[in-house]
Amino acid sequence: MQRLLRHHLLWPVVTLVLLLAVNAAFNPGFWQLQWRDGHLYGSVVDILNRAAPLALVALGMTLVIATRGIDISVGATVAIAAAVAALMIGGELVVKDGVQTHVSRFPMSVAIVAALAVAALCGLWNGLLVAKVGMQPIIATLILMVAGRGAAQLLTGGQIITVYYAPFFFLGNGFLLGLPFAVFIAAAVWGALHLLVTRTALGLFIQSIGINPAAARLAGLHERLITVCVYTFCGLAAGVAGLVISSNVKSADGNNAGMLMELDAILAVTLGGTLLTGGRFSLAGSVLGALIIQTLTSTIYSIGVPPEINMVVKAAVVFVVMLMQSAEFRAAVRGWVVRPAAGGVR
Amino acid sequence: MRRVDARFVPLLGTVAVFLLTAGYGSFAYTSFFSPQVFLNLLIDNAFLCIVGVGMTFVILSGGIDLSVGSVIALTTMVSAALVEQHHWSVAQAIPVVLVMGTAFGAFMGWLIQRFRLQPFIVTLAGMFLARGLCYLISIDSISITDAAYTTIAQARLSLWADGPSITVGALLALGMVALGIWLAHATEFGRTVYAIGGSEASALLMGLPVARTTVLVYTFSGFCSALAGVVFTFYMLSGYGLHAVGLELDAIAAVVIGGTLLSGGVGYVAGTLFGVLILGIIQTLIAFDGSLSSWWTRIVIGGLLFVFCLLQRGFESRR
Repeated sequence: MQRLLRHHLLWPVVTLVLLLAVNAAFNPGFWQLQWRDGHLYGSVVDILNRAAPLALVALGMTLVIATRGIDISVGATVAIAAAVAALMIGGELVVKDGVQTHVSRFPMSVAIVAALAVAALCGLWNGLLVAKVGMQPIIATLILMVAGRGAAQLLTGGQIITVYYAPFFFLGNGFLLGLPFAVFIAAAVWGALHLLVTRTALGLFIQSIGINPAAARLAGLHERLITVCVYTFCGLAAGVAGLVISSNVKSADGNNAGMLMELDAILAVTLGGTLLTGGRFSLAGSVLGALIIQTLTSTIYSIGVPPEINMVVKAAVVFVVMLMQSAEFRAAVRGWVVRPAAGGVR
Repeated sequence: MRRVDARFVPLLGTVAVFLLTAGYGSFAYTSFFSPQVFLNLLIDNAFLCIVGVGMTFVILSGGIDLSVGSVIALTTMVSAALVEQHHWSVAQAIPVVLVMGTAFGAFMGWLIQRFRLQPFIVTLAGMFLARGLCYLISIDSISITDAAYTTIAQARLSLWADGPSITVGALLALGMVALGIWLAHATEFGRTVYAIGGSEASALLMGLPVARTTVLVYTFSGFCSALAGVVFTFYMLSGYGLHAVGLELDAIAAVVIGGTLLSGGVGYVAGTLFGVLILGIIQTLIAFDGSLSSWWTRIVIGGLLFVFCLLQRGFESRR
């Protein structure tokens, strides 16, 4: 019992369960799953599907935050990756001899690899600025956040680029074994990352950089190399999310794709119990955080509260979570609850 | 003597970039070099300038304030709702929104100081909260038709007869810059802000009022945001929850370009004024050119940020 109460995932799980309970109470059909056309349908599946891109970005963000950094350029990276993929695939419907065939500008695999490479380059740029030049992470990534959004708009010409190439839609809309394919992508990235940080020393390295970069360097870690890799991975994860998002909406919007996503991702990481001061991190917590955010959004829609309140609720959740993480706040609450003995002889 | 010079180098660099850009514009485009074009820089960026003054103090103290844009939106929204739907007068509405913004900033400052929370997260939550509150008032834009508001908004003060003119908002912006310079360099508050930015632990050991000053810095930033919101209301003559989206980043960019170090403790309010003017002149140049699309503004600003941050790193490592 003690171990359970101390478990670092306790609060995220409790939050998620509470939210799900609220959903179930207001919407009797919430847990219902239907099997139609070989796919599972239902609110829960929908939440999983929609949370997948955010979970991907949050996974990358977790590692960056674990090294005491932050990456506020992920939204712009999402937009750039989506724009590159949409531009390279483009595509049109060609009817040849009465048979409809889909034609893309470049082969889809090339387009996807190119989009991911550009996203990884964005991350690499951030990593070099942080680790080699020594800028503060928030400023280094602010540069890409401002310029990257402009670059995405430049690529798309300020328009929404529509994709007419059906195979590409599988990423964001397809189903595998009855579940949305995007969920498998997120799960695969999570699984691979989990193995990487628990089965190799990488997880320890990242934690030690976050706890004390100087000490980590003196202990012989390639601190800078690891930091660059972490930022590159964050960019790559944002790129995958960008592909999933653009595939889901079958278009790329340079102006709005991934807008404010960096804030949601940071929120997901914080909700999952990873401290912004670096050090100990939890991948599972960040995935839970992404699920909490998406469930919250769905809850707000399903219980009939105007969606405009979403932001106020989100703000309230952030305030509560950050206060609970603060040692000073917990001490203050203890002071209010446990009154010192009268007379004051200690 | 050389040390004194080194302190001013980032500021001089900013001024030089502004003059070079202005010089380029004057040669490249006819009718660019006119007093009115330069006054328009102030008129169109008055709100950014006011927010930048508050942001300079926050960054000087080693913090950050992401809520400024949404506080502006909330201010426009509340002003519009009070004036249009509740028929308050200008003289009643403005003090109310100013107090509201100041209290909002003070609350965030208190959270940051009292519970040792990170400014980034607290002001991020503040940003969500203020935007959300806008939508609670109304989802749609509320346009302001109040006679007093439109009169003030259209008021133009000519520098001389038939000469270039300036708006109330631009004058307020210049006033705030002057106030900021005075606060930073002639008051105990300003000295404490620099000390906290240099090293909070040392400031505490020196017996400076660190706790009070930290709360005051965010309070001042909240006040500046609300005042910028008032100016923005005059500028747009409407209240809308989507006003000033992303303005916090423009403000941070202006402060950084103005030569203030993000690690805190080094910088000048006057630099922020030139940072704002540089952002404004880039937009003006792109508008004058006509063939460049608006997103080039973002790319150029990003590039400028990069160059200035690199230069800052150079200065830091030499010290």
